[in-house]
Amino acid sequence: MSSFEALEQLHHQALAELVDAATTEALKGWEDRYLGRKGQITQQARTVGQMPKEARPAFGRRVNEIKTLLEQAYETRLAEIRNAELQTQMTREAIDVTLPGRPMVPGHLHLTIQALRELYDIWAKMGFEVYEAPDVELEAYNFDLLNIPEYHPARDMWDTFWVKGTNDQQAGDRRLLRTHTSPGQIRVMRERYPEPIRVILPGKCYRYEQITVRAEHQFYQMEGLAVGRAITLTDLIGTVTQFSHLYYGADRQVRVRSSYFPFTEPSVEVDTQCILCGGEGCAVCKYTGWLEIAGAGMVHPVVLENGGYDPDVWSGFAFGFGVERPAMQKYGVEDIRLFYGNDLRFLRQF
Amino acid sequence: MKIPLSWLTDYVQVDDLPIEALRQRLDLAGLEVETIEVIGYPGAELPWDPKKVITAEVRAVRPHPNADRLVLAEVDYGGEAPEIVVTGAPSLYDRLGEANLHLKVAFAWEGAELYDGHVEGWRKSRLKQTRIRGEPSRAMVCSEKELGLSEAAEDILYLPPDTPVGLPLVEVLGDYVLDFDIKGPFGHLQSVYGIAREIAALYGRPLQADPLNAAERLGLEPAAAGDFVDLEIADPELCSRYTATMIRDIEVAPSPLWLQLRLRRAGLRPINVIVDVTNYVMWELGEPLHAFDYHEVQPRPGESQPAIIVRCAKAGEQMTTLDGEDRTFDDQMLLITDGEGPVGIAGVMGGLESEVGNATEAILLEAANFHFLNIRRTSQQLKLHTEASLRFGKQVDPALALPAAARAVELLQTVTNATIDPAIADLYPGKPEVQTIALDPALVDRILGVEIPHAEQIRLLEALEFKIDAEVMPWTVRVPSYRLDVRRPIDLVEEIGRIYGYDRFPGTLIEEPIPPLRRNRALEDEDRLRDMLVGLGLDEVITYSLIDPVDEERLHPEPDQRLTLPGEPVALQNTLSPERSQMRRTLLPGALRTAWANLRYLSRIATFELGRIHYKVAEPDAATAETGVEEPRRLSILLTGPRTPLWWREAAAEPLLDYFDLKGIVDALLQRLNLTEPVAWAAGNHPSFHPGRCAAVSVAGQVLGVLGELHPLVREAFDLPKQPVLLLDWDLEVLFEAAADAEAAKQVGSLSPYAPVHEDLALVVDEAMPAVSVERVIREAGKPLVNEVVLFDVYRGAQVGSGKKSLAFSLSYQAPNRSLSDRDVTKLRQRIIRTVERELGAQLRGG
Ligand SMILES: [Zn+2]
Repeated sequence: MSSFEALEQLHHQALAELVDAATTEALKGWEDRYLGRKGQITQQARTVGQMPKEARPAFGRRVNEIKTLLEQAYETRLAEIRNAELQTQMTREAIDVTLPGRPMVPGHLHLTIQALRELYDIWAKMGFEVYEAPDVELEAYNFDLLNIPEYHPARDMWDTFWVKGTNDQQAGDRRLLRTHTSPGQIRVMRERYPEPIRVILPGKCYRYEQITVRAEHQFYQMEGLAVGRAITLTDLIGTVTQFSHLYYGADRQVRVRSSYFPFTEPSVEVDTQCILCGGEGCAVCKYTGWLEIAGAGMVHPVVLENGGYDPDVWSGFAFGFGVERPAMQKYGVEDIRLFYGNDLRFLRQF
Repeated sequence: MKIPLSWLTDYVQVDDLPIEALRQRLDLAGLEVETIEVIGYPGAELPWDPKKVITAEVRAVRPHPNADRLVLAEVDYGGEAPEIVVTGAPSLYDRLGEANLHLKVAFAWEGAELYDGHVEGWRKSRLKQTRIRGEPSRAMVCSEKELGLSEAAEDILYLPPDTPVGLPLVEVLGDYVLDFDIKGPFGHLQSVYGIAREIAALYGRPLQADPLNAAERLGLEPAAAGDFVDLEIADPELCSRYTATMIRDIEVAPSPLWLQLRLRRAGLRPINVIVDVTNYVMWELGEPLHAFDYHEVQPRPGESQPAIIVRCAKAGEQMTTLDGEDRTFDDQMLLITDGEGPVGIAGVMGGLESEVGNATEAILLEAANFHFLNIRRTSQQLKLHTEASLRFGKQVDPALALPAAARAVELLQTVTNATIDPAIADLYPGKPEVQTIALDPALVDRILGVEIPHAEQIRLLEALEFKIDAEVMPWTVRVPSYRLDVRRPIDLVEEIGRIYGYDRFPGTLIEEPIPPLRRNRALEDEDRLRDMLVGLGLDEVITYSLIDPVDEERLHPEPDQRLTLPGEPVALQNTLSPERSQMRRTLLPGALRTAWANLRYLSRIATFELGRIHYKVAEPDAATAETGVEEPRRLSILLTGPRTPLWWREAAAEPLLDYFDLKGIVDALLQRLNLTEPVAWAAGNHPSFHPGRCAAVSVAGQVLGVLGELHPLVREAFDLPKQPVLLLDWDLEVLFEAAADAEAAKQVGSLSPYAPVHEDLALVVDEAMPAVSVERVIREAGKPLVNEVVLFDVYRGAQVGSGKKSLAFSLSYQAPNRSLSDRDVTKLRQRIIRTVERELGAQLRGG
């Protein structure tokens, strides 16, 4: 058998063995046997020197060709085997991906704060910034300066917590827990005069009321106040309508009814079409199709004056929203006590 | 206030308006109708079938052949032949054998649905053809109960003699009762006539009758004083008018059906003609009346004429009121007195002694006017609220007194058929001036934003009985006497807008530019902190600001260790319960009570609250000068329960949350706020905390607050389970200020591209040495190359000796501009070791 024939036979043999090598170990052995330093192909290359001179170039070329071919075949086979082994390994590593993940306990913002933020965002778009006022107030700010003098029938609208030890003080000087956010109107006006004003006044309010599923002694309110040189009732209507469109949806109609508040005149009640029934009538809207969303009105001249603004030059509007009520309607919360009773099973749903 | 539609129709046509449309128009104008009770019409509890329940006339009463107590009534119902009806009505039995009767009754055919008059309660049943003791019966004459009008089931209902026969009963007795919720102190809307006036204005309809001119109809001539009473108003400031009407020869009897029905529908209980008529007039006109038994009103000593003196009480003066209660008065309470003493509290309630009873023959009828604030004060002080005090408290027109008295006389004459010989005495010291308002019609546009033509403005005001002189600008508007709420131009603007109808107003937006805007740092800080804490896995709570003062005591169970809370508490004068009687000076009770309530359902609690506390300060500063109350913001955090929820890959017995869970949250928070460096830690001393597990934290020399494990006795005092409860109580004003400073001082510089060198360092220190001190010294000594110092092991044991501990730190060194050489690292390491040895007496472990 000529050297050439032996070389070709070796080539075929190597290729055949390569196909049989099924693991990286077997492949390593194959590489050692053929292509390693003591491998058969390497040995063949070394025999070139012993050949007749004229046969050397052709044989040498062929050895190199075969070596390259085998190296390529080796790489291809290696990739195949690695891939197969990886597949096997990954199959073995499969897990039940539906098992619960490592528990990360998420925190929750209180529902009231979420509701307030939603309101802040909407009013900020319309240029109303947040202004805060104290919880413990002077009677004068909560009542007298808002056009509600002592013993005035309008005071019946608010059941008040009075602060102990201030009762013997002059009327107006007594302290109380604010019954509404309206005292902030006087405070912001006195602070900002003579600038025009556009603020919302959020905060905790307190009422001396028996606690039921519908009424809490502590709740949040959000009041709005705009004072300027040419503000009108139609501006109020347009503004609360825009609010309603952003908050309740653009397809909800808004209506305005006459009402009474001592610190606004004219006073109105703002209704929006019921968010639940869309105006058809349901238990939430007491089958009227409308939900009361705000009490509002044009700032009473006496209040403007008490805030330092001349009512002959300035005018303004004010409105007051509940904070819990809209959230209750939206989520079907039937008991207002859940808000500040802080049942975490409730709060964690938001 | 309940007002039957049928009563309103006395004064203005409303029965042609669909009830829902009427309600909406009234709502729109501020006359809110809360509910509508339907009587007889579809939608009622018991609708009366117009074909089967009709008016009829009993013509004759014949004996029942087989029953003693039953009769056969021959009833003309408008059909061809009279219907024979079997009935046991006692009043018909009394007329047994009579014919040619004309008794108008309510008549029901078989198939009609009625209430069963013979059982307790309200049970509906359908009338069936039957035989009663052998006599056929397919119809009946109805009692009030069977029609759902009242509980009277004994006898049948009689309709007025002029009632036509064969009409659907619903046309005669059907009704809608509107229950108004009128907001605001509007005396003029507290009556049927007042509402009728509004409806007339809203619909541009005329008022059909005038209940106010009864005096003219009767020819009553009031005099300043009569010969039947000696009248005196001692305090005309509080009593602007007092009229006394004497009415003789009254028989105290029940009122006729129509009057009783109206009162019942208005929610009032009929009693007798006198009481009923005074109530009726109050409802109809809004003027509270009071009837004294004339013979019980005593003369002054030595005089013979009964005397009425309106004066303030002497402090401590007493009287028993109609409700049987003994009342004691102060010297600001206005009384009606006679020659001997009090006979009534002005405008609130009469006295028991002079009450009208069945034996009363003559009455002295009071129609007066009292100052509304005084009446309200008296009513509030005595906690005595009546229909009279309610109305007077909303301001009643003094001009109404005389017409109301005359109207009562007119009604008494009508309903008693008696010849009464009234005399009226009228003292009117406080007769008000006619009010006029100067109105520039441009104000309407300026405030409402809607241009309402002048002629339209005038028409709207005139519809409300204002008189306008529009010859010169501004207009002069005369206010009707009963509009005590209208005194300013703005009041007229509201009236114009309200009657014009807000549904016709467009929406516009404010034309002026947005005023100068300010940043609200306080709110931004709060919201950022909230988001961080929620991100750290905490649930936000908002607890009650009003707490139980005992909870402050519970926070320091060892009495000698007083808890220092700021200022003096803001306690309440009037409380719902002791649990809500004082404003909180600390957030801790709220946190602990929230945990307690939730542990009933949940095992793991991790909450925070960001809120204000409230306390009185002895010396108010500029910010608190007005209220004298400080309201700073604070933060509380509470953790208790298992560290992590149950999970399949970890052991079932989960370790409990401990101090270091809370500390970890705080460390992360401080990192987010760039406060890790400036904050100083020390062992804390707070009576509510475990003395060995409490940290005091300060920043820039200001106390930030404490955190740690709740004292076991406090835990017991709040009834919490025996497991660590971790609490934090911080001053947010200090935290936010420090965070703002840190933010302002923040300089990032360039980030080093060179890899850091890491090495570990174990130091043996005294047991009492706080780890944070060691870390601080390492950082100081390693400046500027040390950029991370992480404590990764704390070891105690034989190898380090007793009273000692080993702290192992992982350090990393990095230079901004070069790779560190071995020499650099060795030098740095030795400098650190030398410094900790010198400053802390620390030894390199194994060194
Ligand atoms: Zn609805």
